[in-house]
Amino acid sequence: MLINIQNLFKVYHMGDTSVNALDGVTLTIAAGEFIAIMGASGSGKSTLLNILGCLDTPSAGSYRLDDIEVSGMSRSQRARIRNQKLGFVFQNFNLLSRTNALENVELPTYYDGRISGKQRKKRASDLLERVGLGSRLDHTPAQLSGGQQQRVAIARALMNNPPVILADEPTGNLDSHSSTEIMALFTQLNSEGITIVMVTHEEDIANFAKRRIVMRDGLIVSGPESAGKETAR
Amino acid sequence: MNLWMIFKVALRAISRNKTRSLLTALGIIVGIAAVIAVVAIGQGAQTMMMSQINSMGNNLIMVFPGSQNPGGVRGGSGSGQNLTAEDGESIARDLQHLVRAVTPVIRSGAQAIYQENNWSTQVQGVSIDFPEVRNWEMASGAFFTAADQRAGSRVCIIGQTVSDNLFPGDDPTGKSLRIRNMPFRVLGVMVRKGSNSMGSDQDDTIIAPYTTVRRVLQNSIFNNVNMLLVSLYSLDDIPVAKVEIGKLLRQRHKLGNNADDDFSTIDMTEITNTIGSITKLMTILLTTVASISLLVGGIGIMNIMLVSVTERTREIGLRMAVGAAPSDILLQFITEAMALSTVGGLIGVVIGIVGARTVGNIQQWPILITESSVVVAFLFSAAIGVFFGFYPALRASRLNPIDCLRYE
Ligand SMILES: Nc1ncnc2c1ncn2[C@@H]1O[C@H](COP(=O)(O)OP(=O)(O)OP(=O)(O)O)[C@@H](O)[C@H]1O
Ligand SMILES: [Mg+2]
Repeated sequence: MLINIQNLFKVYHMGDTSVNALDGVTLTIAAGEFIAIMGASGSGKSTLLNILGCLDTPSAGSYRLDDIEVSGMSRSQRARIRNQKLGFVFQNFNLLSRTNALENVELPTYYDGRISGKQRKKRASDLLERVGLGSRLDHTPAQLSGGQQQRVAIARALMNNPPVILADEPTGNLDSHSSTEIMALFTQLNSEGITIVMVTHEEDIANFAKRRIVMRDGLIVSGPESAGKETAR
Repeated sequence: MNLWMIFKVALRAISRNKTRSLLTALGIIVGIAAVIAVVAIGQGAQTMMMSQINSMGNNLIMVFPGSQNPGGVRGGSGSGQNLTAEDGESIARDLQHLVRAVTPVIRSGAQAIYQENNWSTQVQGVSIDFPEVRNWEMASGAFFTAADQRAGSRVCIIGQTVSDNLFPGDDPTGKSLRIRNMPFRVLGVMVRKGSNSMGSDQDDTIIAPYTTVRRVLQNSIFNNVNMLLVSLYSLDDIPVAKVEIGKLLRQRHKLGNNADDDFSTIDMTEITNTIGSITKLMTILLTTVASISLLVGGIGIMNIMLVSVTERTREIGLRMAVGAAPSDILLQFITEAMALSTVGGLIGVVIGIVGARTVGNIQQWPILITESSVVVAFLFSAAIGVFFGFYPALRASRLNPIDCLRYE
């Protein structure tokens, strides 16, 4: 199992009150899945995705990625996991402003000593070519449309060849045309074997995914078991 | 992330906010410029003073008539005490294991005339050992002889300044100039020596046998001299020689056990030490000023780095999201602070050099810019960046990625 989450809690304390953003979530995801996480606002979708992405740590519970326990890892170990195994796509793109598309895409390799300058440029421009921005290498985010910016972000997420891409409302800031383009790209990547976990509010976006998980009040109310696992049973 | 990449990112971050970076670096710029300029001027002045002291002669001890009173001021020369040329000869003879040569010096102001030129200068009456004592060679002609000295002949050697003023464009050797209406034959010209540590022109002088000066110019039957210049073989012998000279002179002057010395000695090490302590004081003073400026500059850098960390929280979050470890973030911000301070340091070095040169040109001071002072200043400014950049960088590296990404 690529991702295996057991009884995961995330508790936010605010003064006297505390919020259980995750209230004992159990979830397994097999390699090659394309998952949409849905649910009402405040149900804990982003919280779950951030923990999956090692950007945040759970209050309790176990998270195994590639059969390695992640929840007890140090900050630099988690940084390494984010660099090597995970790619992020955010709702607000999160590109470095005043930095051109090419260098934005190169960013993950800066924190990975294995790639030379020449290879890095080549790979980044190939990826931008691939997401249809081959002619926009030296455009800064301000010179790109929302959809184009999100495609740069996807190219960046792919830069270190991660097995998993995590996307929190990737089409939340886009019009329906651009959204469809992004989803086509995701579908394509998924067909090449990349696992995609995506949070969305929109029914028609969720329809691109192969499997759907619904959350409510910090719990998964439908689809916690891996489809892959089910068919295997 | 390799160091060059980190440095490039840091430079870019700095150049994004040029005005702010420049203002931030101002403290460093001023501090480093001050250090460079002061060191350049100070070292230049010191080498100049040292060379002037050395130009006074070889391992010199000066013996003056009159005691050294507790205030450190000598009694006026000729105030009852006698110091004679014979004392000098005795020092040369009896202490010959230490002493290379001795010359008495008798000074007399005089107006020198050659044809329509006249020049007011100082006549020094000395012995034939004068060139050796003062380590001063002839530019042309020859020094006077022992026979001239014995006979008190009216011969002289002139300094370059006198030569320039009395014999412009002419060779003075063999000519006759007049001092107090008496003709003196010019035997030669000394090489140019420049000004001494007190700033007076050593070439503005006429040199004659002390016997001549005493007899002809001072009309004196007494044997007094203004000072004795004693040249030693070795600088290390100065303390011993001073004691020996003291003993000898007390004996010659028949001073009782309780009597004060009726002479005093000064040597070059004392002058050197005085200059050294003045230089030290100046250095301490300026180092203090520079340190305060650098401290203020460092705090400015720390402040702006804290602001920068806050401003770029989202960027930090993103870098962490794509795999930057805390150490990467730490290094990035330290490098940025260091780049800021070293750029400031570089500008400071340039301004310091230009400033020192300008001051040197205006004041006619020698300037000595040593490589080591530039390198040290540069490294020091880098160190300031690392030191004051550390805390903001540490704060940045300890941020939580998700908090950064959510930061508005
Ligand atoms: N940093 C935080 N401090 C305190 N409470 C938080 C924090 N982050 C999230 N929460 C709370 O945790 C719960 C889950 O939040 P989360 O962001 O995961 O919701 P979501 O499902 O992504 O909602 P949306 O669809 O609006 O993005 C919410 O009740 C929220 O108020
Ligand atoms: Mg959310």
